[in-house]
Amino acid sequence: MPTLVSHPDEVKVVSRRFGMGATDIDKYIELDGYKAVQKAIENGPEWIVNEMKASGLRGRGGAGFPTGMKWSFVPKVSEKPKYVLVNGDESEPGTCKDHVLFLHDPHSVIEGTMIAGLAIGSKVGFIYLRGEYRYLLKIVEKAVADAYAKGYLGKNIFGKEGVDFDIITQTGAGAYEVGEESALMESLEGKRGVPRIKPPFPAVVGLYGGPTVINNAETIANAPHILLMGGEAYAKLGSERNGGTRLFGISGHVERPGVYELPMGYSMRDAIYKVAGGIKDGKKLKAVVPGGSSCPVLKADEIDVGLDFDQMAKAGTMLGSGGIVVLDESVSIVEFALRTIRFYQHESCGWCIPCREGTDWIKKTLTRFHAGGGNKKDIDNIQYLAENMMGRTFCPLGDAAAMPTLGFVKKFRSEFEEYLEGKRVEHPLIQITPIGEPALAGAH
Amino acid sequence: MSTIPNSIFTPATAARFDKLATIYPVKRSALVPMLLYAQDDLGYVSDAAISEIAKRLDLLELDVRNVLSYYSMLRTAPVGKYNVQVCTNISCMLRGGFELLDHCKKTLHIGHKETTADGMFSLEEVECIGACCWAPAVQVNYDFHEDLTPAKMDAVLADYREGRGKDVK
Ligand SMILES: Cc1cc2nc3c(=O)[nH]c(=O)nc-3n(C[C@H](O)[C@H](O)[C@H](O)COP(=O)(O)O)c2cc1C
Ligand code: SF4
Ligand code: FES
Repeated sequence: MPTLVSHPDEVKVVSRRFGMGATDIDKYIELDGYKAVQKAIENGPEWIVNEMKASGLRGRGGAGFPTGMKWSFVPKVSEKPKYVLVNGDESEPGTCKDHVLFLHDPHSVIEGTMIAGLAIGSKVGFIYLRGEYRYLLKIVEKAVADAYAKGYLGKNIFGKEGVDFDIITQTGAGAYEVGEESALMESLEGKRGVPRIKPPFPAVVGLYGGPTVINNAETIANAPHILLMGGEAYAKLGSERNGGTRLFGISGHVERPGVYELPMGYSMRDAIYKVAGGIKDGKKLKAVVPGGSSCPVLKADEIDVGLDFDQMAKAGTMLGSGGIVVLDESVSIVEFALRTIRFYQHESCGWCIPCREGTDWIKKTLTRFHAGGGNKKDIDNIQYLAENMMGRTFCPLGDAAAMPTLGFVKKFRSEFEEYLEGKRVEHPLIQITPIGEPALAGAH
Repeated sequence: MSTIPNSIFTPATAARFDKLATIYPVKRSALVPMLLYAQDDLGYVSDAAISEIAKRLDLLELDVRNVLSYYSMLRTAPVGKYNVQVCTNISCMLRGGFELLDHCKKTLHIGHKETTADGMFSLEEVECIGACCWAPAVQVNYDFHEDLTPAKMDAVLADYREGRGKDVK
């Protein structure tokens, strides 16, 4: 069971019920649960969307798109049914925050899904969890069943004539790419997780061809809190244009790794040194991968930056999924870069040539480089390959692979060069798999 | 009970599949869950399972195989009773994931995607399993084990060997 951590600097909104037994529906109700959705039924869609807009909430799945605006894009009238889709695929390396959310407060996800449904005029929501999260799926399934038993889901919810809402839970079966919104819809329709060409965007043509709102589980779980405290109050917790708080998963070489809820804009340095207790075993910091493995690396002297979408963009990287991975001085960037690209190569769905071939060639080059068979041209080549993947693919996975690679090569070029001169890791962690043979299981 | 006569699945799974085929706006949406649950029942997705699932969802076997081959958790051959999946992705790598994988290889005398002679364990190196803050992490038949060291890993393996492992599915 994941250990719960806590720090006085935390501002607990979405995590306020963690560790309080709120998987139990009665406990959840006792802790103000299912009040927000009733308020939402009373006040109607326009009010919900306005509160969400005022909250400044931006998507917690990675891209940081304003949630209220996303909900307002869904056409009011639609011939096809509209859907709410909750993205609990959580597969970005370094990210495990939705894991704790499903574990400790599944009803907040359910209530948020209902609120999104009310806002866009949808009667069905789907909660999709990655296949590996089986024990969490069971927790969510039980929570859904309990909500049905209380009359909170189904027909005439909360005794309100004509207000219906159903929730269907779904399991994935192992695929990072399925976290991409249109690939997730494909998967939910029983197909391979290959994304769709956009436009049309999901808000217009989504699941089963109907207008669809897709949000990350944490985004959705924020909705009930926002409606209860008011959008403006929520916005004030965060920084400019970045409302509220966020679950940050701090992992790697820190003394107290864990999932912490911090205000948007909180200092990254403090998150690492104060909240997570500093670098493990008194070592020195080397680098930080700030928002899951696809975000460009920050060097030790670049961490005086506020944790929000805009400040991170200004620093040349991204807030991403909120997974902060901390690397101490002992880490070989060559090895770390190889492990990172190995992941993306394995997960590429293979549709676009720049992504499929680019990830493969970078992996092959880095594998050889790492094994001691590299040369100076390889470094330029890796950079060239990554630069040419950028912006040339159907979905953002190509960029997600290229961006961190570029970060490593550009910011730690000297380390790649020293590696050539024999300054290699003594005990390479990654055992060399013969080129051409897949390093890991799986077909995509 | 099942809508399919002579279902190859356990009665509970067959009943579950009957229901699964009815809950979605489109029947085919049941495909990925059915494949995974079929695997839970049989240990892998067999030809017979593919055939029955195709029938249940009015699909071609080819459609089913096409989807099956995409998802990395799905397999078409049996593995050991306990499938030990060691994450070596970045957060785990930083906290000893590779050493843990190595340790498993040495103590079980098997490599990646291999099974012990007694059929008890299989070993697999896997990508991030969403337990990064409790790294290094391992999953055995859906059950998470976190914050591991080689010594703790030995204890985990011993638990399974002696039948004390949890069945999460
Ligand atoms: C390759 C890839 C993987 C993704 N994986 C996830 C994921 O696991 N969970 C998630 O919420 N969003 C993921 N996303 C982002 C989704 O496409 C989508 O933007 C998000 O679910 C929208 O929700 P939000 O606005 O609440 O952030 C992924 C995107 C890409 C390109
Ligand atoms: S960028 Fe990669 S993962 Fe995305 S569609 Fe293209 S090949 Fe598939
Ligand atoms: S990196 Fe191992 S669980 Fe995420």
